[in-house]
Amino acid sequence: MPDETTKTAPQQNPKPGPAAAQNGGAQTPRAAQATPPGQGGQGQGPTKSVDMPIGIPGATLHKAARLVGVDEPPVLAPNSELKSIGKRTARVDGKLKVTGAAKYTADINLPGMLFGMMITSPHPSAIIRSIDTSVAEKYPGVKAIHILTKVFGVAQMASEKDDKYPRIRFAGQPIGAIAATSLEGAEEAARLIKIEYDQQPFVTDVEKAMQPGAPVVFEGQAVQAGTAGGGGGPANVKQNGNVRGPSLQGTRVADPAPKDPRATTRSLTTDEINKALKDADVLIESEYRTQVQTHSALETHGVVADFKPDMLTVWASTQGTSSVRDELSAVFEIAKSKVRVITEFMGGGFGAKFGAGNFGVLATYLSKKAQAPVKLMLSRKDEHLSVGNRPNSIQKLRIGAKKDGTLTAIHLVSHGTGGVGTGAGSGGPARGLYKCPNILTEEYDVFTHAGPAASFRAPGHPQGAFGFEQAIDELAEKLGMDPLALREKIDVGLDRSDAHREERKVGAEKIGWANRKPAGSDTGPIKRGIGVAQSIWYRFTSRDSNCEVKIMRDGSVQLMSGVQDIGTGIKTVLAQVVAEELGLKPSDITIRVGDTNFPAGPSSGGSVTTNSITPPAREAAFKAKQELFKEIAQTLGATVDDLTIVDGKVFAKSHPEKAISFRAACGKMQTEEVGARARRRDEYKDAQGKNVPGATGGVQFAQVAVDTETGQVKVERVVAVHDCGRPINPLLLESQINGGVIQGISYALYEDRIINHRTGRMINTNLEQYKIVGSLEVPKIETYLIEEYWGRSSTDAAGIGEPCTVATAAAVANAVYNATGARIREIPMTPARVLAALASTNNVRSARS
Amino acid sequence: MNAFEWTEATSVDQAVAQLGEGVVLKAGGVDLLDLMKEHLVEPKRLVNIRNIVGLDKVEHDERTGLKLGPLVTLAQLDAHPLVRSRYVALADAAGNAATPQIRNMASLGGNLVQRPRCWYFRNEQFHCKKKGGDICYAQRGENQYHAIFNNDPCAIVHPSAAATPLVAYGATLELTSPKGKREILAEQFFQLPDVDVHRENVLAADEMITAIKVPVPAPGTRAAYTKQGEKESQDWPIAEVVAVLEMDGETCKKASIVLGAASPVPHRAKEAESVLVGKKIDEALAREAAKNAIASADPLSENRYKLGLFEVIIRRTILAAQGGRA
Repeated sequence: MPDETTKTAPQQNPKPGPAAAQNGGAQTPRAAQATPPGQGGQGQGPTKSVDMPIGIPGATLHKAARLVGVDEPPVLAPNSELKSIGKRTARVDGKLKVTGAAKYTADINLPGMLFGMMITSPHPSAIIRSIDTSVAEKYPGVKAIHILTKVFGVAQMASEKDDKYPRIRFAGQPIGAIAATSLEGAEEAARLIKIEYDQQPFVTDVEKAMQPGAPVVFEGQAVQAGTAGGGGGPANVKQNGNVRGPSLQGTRVADPAPKDPRATTRSLTTDEINKALKDADVLIESEYRTQVQTHSALETHGVVADFKPDMLTVWASTQGTSSVRDELSAVFEIAKSKVRVITEFMGGGFGAKFGAGNFGVLATYLSKKAQAPVKLMLSRKDEHLSVGNRPNSIQKLRIGAKKDGTLTAIHLVSHGTGGVGTGAGSGGPARGLYKCPNILTEEYDVFTHAGPAASFRAPGHPQGAFGFEQAIDELAEKLGMDPLALREKIDVGLDRSDAHREERKVGAEKIGWANRKPAGSDTGPIKRGIGVAQSIWYRFTSRDSNCEVKIMRDGSVQLMSGVQDIGTGIKTVLAQVVAEELGLKPSDITIRVGDTNFPAGPSSGGSVTTNSITPPAREAAFKAKQELFKEIAQTLGATVDDLTIVDGKVFAKSHPEKAISFRAACGKMQTEEVGARARRRDEYKDAQGKNVPGATGGVQFAQVAVDTETGQVKVERVVAVHDCGRPINPLLLESQINGGVIQGISYALYEDRIINHRTGRMINTNLEQYKIVGSLEVPKIETYLIEEYWGRSSTDAAGIGEPCTVATAAAVANAVYNATGARIREIPMTPARVLAALASTNNVRSARS
Repeated sequence: MNAFEWTEATSVDQAVAQLGEGVVLKAGGVDLLDLMKEHLVEPKRLVNIRNIVGLDKVEHDERTGLKLGPLVTLAQLDAHPLVRSRYVALADAAGNAATPQIRNMASLGGNLVQRPRCWYFRNEQFHCKKKGGDICYAQRGENQYHAIFNNDPCAIVHPSAAATPLVAYGATLELTSPKGKREILAEQFFQLPDVDVHRENVLAADEMITAIKVPVPAPGTRAAYTKQGEKESQDWPIAEVVAVLEMDGETCKKASIVLGAASPVPHRAKEAESVLVGKKIDEALAREAAKNAIASADPLSENRYKLGLFEVIIRRTILAAQGGRA
């Protein structure tokens, strides 16, 4: 899969110390490879050592040296000293959105545009014998039909056996598409295409797929690459039938005789982890299960493709304009310079919207054949079936600890199915949340005849946290410790520990943890409880992050970047960063993004965007300002170095009384516009040229009310305390955290892809029986932000999209336990499951008494 | 969706005169649009009855009771002061159905004759018994939302929120065809699949519902409605109960307990009613009635949880009615 985004590996290595070996398995971050002091990485230019604010204001704030490019903007003070950054600026495009003036991909209508409709397989496993389109072609208004020769977005075998058509491996698999002058016409005509299938055995149940003799999804070794949003399966692991794995990660130990001569360390063996567990004072052993969740963005996947001889223009609902361009450029063998992808507004992606997709490739073929623009937006049904999901998980966890709570061993064996895709691991939280000398995670992907997984808001983490953070609570109970006190004991010496400590402190006070009652102590049928869970996320950087800032003679300022605003508000964030640098207001800055004609921007996945694009925005603004000063210094009778802009006024620092307005100053330029362009530099190193830590995450507390007679769980309140480096816009951050919490509750209580295993077909392909949280299910959400400076870039900011949805389901489950004394080991927590858990808890109790 | 003709009817006579092969009446169009999109209905012609004057009235007579036009919307029922004060279970059922947008569009007549929400029936790819096939997929698995009573040969639950209270209040439906009018008790209007698996009621091919009549509740009548969904916003019930109790002081003279989301028709829980009649209602009696109500249930592989759930909801609804108002 073409993917230009470079991603640094998770920055989850702990601070130096005894636990330094625990988080092996992560590749050496590309952006964090050692460079000699005084010199940046490739294309980074010379550096100098400067002191930057580091730590948490009010707790650990101090100054430390970082190697910074000599031509970069000066060090930014903490937020309390800034004017635009760190302020609650309303969305710059909010009014356009609420008035309907904002045009999303589905709203794009071009002259002569045709409407495309997908042709998909109703069968989960089949060989296509023939396709007859002759009747459909004659249907009134039909202009083009295209049949795919390759399926995108699924795992592939190295040697796919050459049938005439791609093998059908899931119900809903795209086969082709049809374009007509109306959507209704395209739909009717699609039904006239005759496809002869030779149906094959199939398996959609994950545990049945693991059995020997189960129908195999792929006859040979298959792998799915990740996208800019993450996901995908590890390369080079064994595949036995439908089971692919294990991928072994965790503690690394020296390996004197490695199988791979390049390796110097290896993960623990089963014997080693078993021994470590055996030596523990207290042992927790439990199994947790999570369901398949579909992304269900309100705006479905789709494009408007306009294929012209000299230029392919595509409006796409995507998280990565460049990822769409690159795939179409490769498939159609057109130079990247002749493909333009535009995403002005975007209605949700959650990780599933990278690349052109089958629908995008098909729409482009149809446009090429019909010589007319084609709009192809997926139906809700196709959206559920064919463009991604969060894999399920079956997690077998063992945790060993000393009597004082110190962890001695963590062992996770997890299986999950990403259907015909991979990336079902769930070990992230087990590997990275707490300090432990012996960690082994064994993760398996299980292929089934179902739609492919795609990266989904913190791939692997919500499912992993649901299991692991409940197991930590189980351990606390067995140790007779308070769950927060245990976390205080074991969350030490890691990148995240300082921030987590502050977050626990704030959250515990706000939720009223001190008044928490013992599990199940409420009388009456409605029982209340509170629970807590933590999250970690990584600091990924995309170096394909460029900005251009122009200052025009009328005093207007424009930023241009290919980066897209996927609804999270990066346009507003960029306006704040440029305004801060230019001494203007965010409303003075025009932001143009979401167009591959602009300087290349990052794909928005992995919570990468704010971290990646704000430093070049700041640097481009800083350099454009220098260009402006060069233009006007002489006219103003000042030197370039003496000029400054404060509150919209330009003046020489030595003569503030001669200030003129920014607009008037720009009017003195000898040319229509000046500007500058900047690219993302590598993450800063410390004075010794070493990588510096920095990760994100948070702590969430949930309060629930459980009707123990009906099994209904109501989340009444969530306190979410998070950090993401330097917060640029607390209002937008709160908005994203609200969304993460809501999606987390939806995952915990309602969402579930239900497949009828006798036919291999999903049966709730709508938003009625695929249940998503509604307005009445949204609790009171209180969000709190911790500022934490690492000194890793000129803005030191990071994203929040992913960490804010990781802990919710686990916090809710721990709260349900606190309310009822019944542990819910499988989500969604439907009344049926909650009643069953309550009944089995009561049975155990009555058997004991 | 296939191409079709659209005609506007300005009177009931004009509407029913057009009924025949391939002709479908359209009121709010809420359910019909879903059915057409999935090709479960492929009409040649839609007759729009939504603009027929006079069919959207809520009328009340102290002697004959409530007369509702078929175009009365669920939102109207929810908001109507008289319905709310005298027929609270009907108002609550209407007000808790679907979403505000749907309640504004959905007509009472359409609500009563809407097709079931069974996910096999609703999916074109499942040729189930209801659609002329020979399999009830629900009987073989993934049946957590299906019927616990009368689930053979077809395990749908009746989808109408309004039907449950209307049966409990003893409502009658006025049906009109080109030949004239007839009246039928709501309870007899709905029909089990073992009579005809392809349909859920006795409405003839040339008939439409022209009025819904609800008698005046006897003095001392108290009622309550409970909907239990998996969630509160926009969800179908997994258990739904209406209790209409005719009280003489503290003694129950007559009881009507009707369950929704339990059976292919609104399910009259006579075993519960008989427990209550002639007795003073208290927690223990309500508990016994609830237990009796589900004694004859026959759950499928994944809906056994509904038994305990119904037991709780029935008990709560009886007690709510007893302590509540008309």
